[in-house]
Amino acid sequence: MTEMVYREALKAGIREEMLRDERVFLLGEDIGLNWGGAFKVTKGLAEEFGVERVRDTPISENTIAGAAVGAAITGMRPVAEIMFGDLITLAMDQVCNQAAKMRYMFGGQTSVPLVLRTVFGGGKNIASHHSQSLESWFMHTPGLKVAVPAFASDVKGLIKTAIRDPDPVLFAEHKLVYDKKEEVPDDEYLIPFGEAKVRREGADVTIWGTFIMLHKALEVAEELQKEGISVEVIDPRTLVPLDKKTLIESVKKTGRLVLVTEETKTGATTAEIAAIVQEEAFDWLDAPIKRVNAPDTPVPFSPPLENYFIPDNKRIAQAVRDIV
Amino acid sequence: MTVDKKILKELFTRTLKTRLFEEKVWDLFGENIVPGTLHLYLGQEGVAAGVTTALKDSDWIQSSHRGHGHVVAKGADMNAALAELLGKKTGSCKGKGGSMHITQFDVGVLGATGVVASGLPIAVGAALSCQMRKTDDVVVCFFGDGASNNGTFGESLNMSAIWKLPLVWIVENNFYAMGTPIKLTCPSSTVAQRAEGYCIPSQVVDGNNALEVYEATVEAVKRAREGGGPTLIECQTYRMKGHSRFDPAKYRPQEEADHWLSGEKDAVNVIQKIAIEQGAITEKDAEKIREKLQKEVDKAGEFAKKSDFPEPEETLDDVYAEAF
Repeated sequence: MTEMVYREALKAGIREEMLRDERVFLLGEDIGLNWGGAFKVTKGLAEEFGVERVRDTPISENTIAGAAVGAAITGMRPVAEIMFGDLITLAMDQVCNQAAKMRYMFGGQTSVPLVLRTVFGGGKNIASHHSQSLESWFMHTPGLKVAVPAFASDVKGLIKTAIRDPDPVLFAEHKLVYDKKEEVPDDEYLIPFGEAKVRREGADVTIWGTFIMLHKALEVAEELQKEGISVEVIDPRTLVPLDKKTLIESVKKTGRLVLVTEETKTGATTAEIAAIVQEEAFDWLDAPIKRVNAPDTPVPFSPPLENYFIPDNKRIAQAVRDIV
Repeated sequence: MTVDKKILKELFTRTLKTRLFEEKVWDLFGENIVPGTLHLYLGQEGVAAGVTTALKDSDWIQSSHRGHGHVVAKGADMNAALAELLGKKTGSCKGKGGSMHITQFDVGVLGATGVVASGLPIAVGAALSCQMRKTDDVVVCFFGDGASNNGTFGESLNMSAIWKLPLVWIVENNFYAMGTPIKLTCPSSTVAQRAEGYCIPSQVVDGNNALEVYEATVEAVKRAREGGGPTLIECQTYRMKGHSRFDPAKYRPQEEADHWLSGEKDAVNVIQKIAIEQGAITEKDAEKIREKLQKEVDKAGEFAKKSDFPEPEETLDDVYAEAF
């Protein structure tokens, strides 16, 4: 085991796959020699693997995604990067109409083994076009798989699985977890999609969430322990496929559920999870399911506004106290 | 360019085959057994025949929403193609795609697409894949004049040029984007002029003359295979029918339609005349070829009609490589 930050663990996973399989290549804006990616995830890879395999592109999101599709269906394993999740709006046709649907609408004639990496989330005061959390859009698109790694020890195993997956994977990262440290295994390991991880065991209430909200939930759980409230924290790790079993089992144990994400509330992943739980575990619920999300507004710029927008520990703790 | 007699015969055969296939589709449509809508290739056969005759089997083509002709000319199994149009289980896409997604991957068709201009980025990726895998295969991308007004046109031409991709851009200019004439949407007198801004050599040819299309494509394919990068060929042509199923195309001026739809301009007549004049075939050969192809097409029609529809539960298949 080596302690490393999320960013380095992610890069290590990509690097291992590039060493293992020469079909794997990266493309995106400013991922190469001069910059190494806007969040430095790919820094050093162009030097090691060359600019052919770590390919800087023009600012052309739809064609970056589309080129990944074309390369994937003809024998390559592209890992495309869209610099900010907000900019996927420019590539939605290729992601949602082409990559997601090709296997299906062509009757299984082709696979689309591509990974589209991008980064969601606020907390950097970069306003409405660089801060959104849009993962539910992709969870709502059949044909895509959606990974949402929140911890360094998971991101390495998940990116390796994503690169080897025969289907298109939206691999979502979060700006505020890149610097989170954790012990990461040195040996090769893969984390299967569709397996949630119980990050903390507890008996009184279950918190299910994603990205930075999980880090906050763990802090809240520690705090609440002092008040005698035992909180279980579940990280789904992938939204598609979704591990319902771990969640349902947890709810059956605790009888209470708080859902926490940074998404705006209406139509968020938390809404889907709430619906699943009431369908499959209604009789075990001892209290209404609580949702902690951002308000239904664009992401604001000014620090007091953004701090209000993004759910904090206090709001998460309050939601737990409300139902315990 | 001296053209081999075998090639002339092949150009005639492919043009005619594509025509007879579409006439069969039109007949089946008349019987009211084609679900949904159709974008017929009737009238534009010289383009598909001329282009595909210049390719080898392992070269790829990216089709458009008006794709029946591309697929048939590239050598598709006509049984599976017609069965697909009727929504049958034996269709090449198992009835999941229909007219707008008619595709046969095993003969080198990357896909037909319902989103105008969405094929261009995919062609970029496929050509990048051919280049990176060091094959000598090329990719040909068919799209219409209408698609050249979409953002992907600029993005994709640009990317193909900077990376010198083995790619041939085929614009099928039939002068109408649905019902909107090109003079209302394009400031230049040709689409080909737009390639200049991307340093891509271009040429305008008579798309109803399969030999002209073939000769231009041979030159472009040679450049692509030798690492010289992309070429754009504008093939000017005309739809024999409207845009889609119920469009009588009354918006086209009579004089213009009369010119393009005259026997003299007809793609089959044009290449038949050339092939006979150059001694590649006789009138009698032409008749024999027509009879043989008609039999094949009729048989394919019978196959499609007799085939079963998919079971309703097959709706759920082929979303992912493995169901979860």
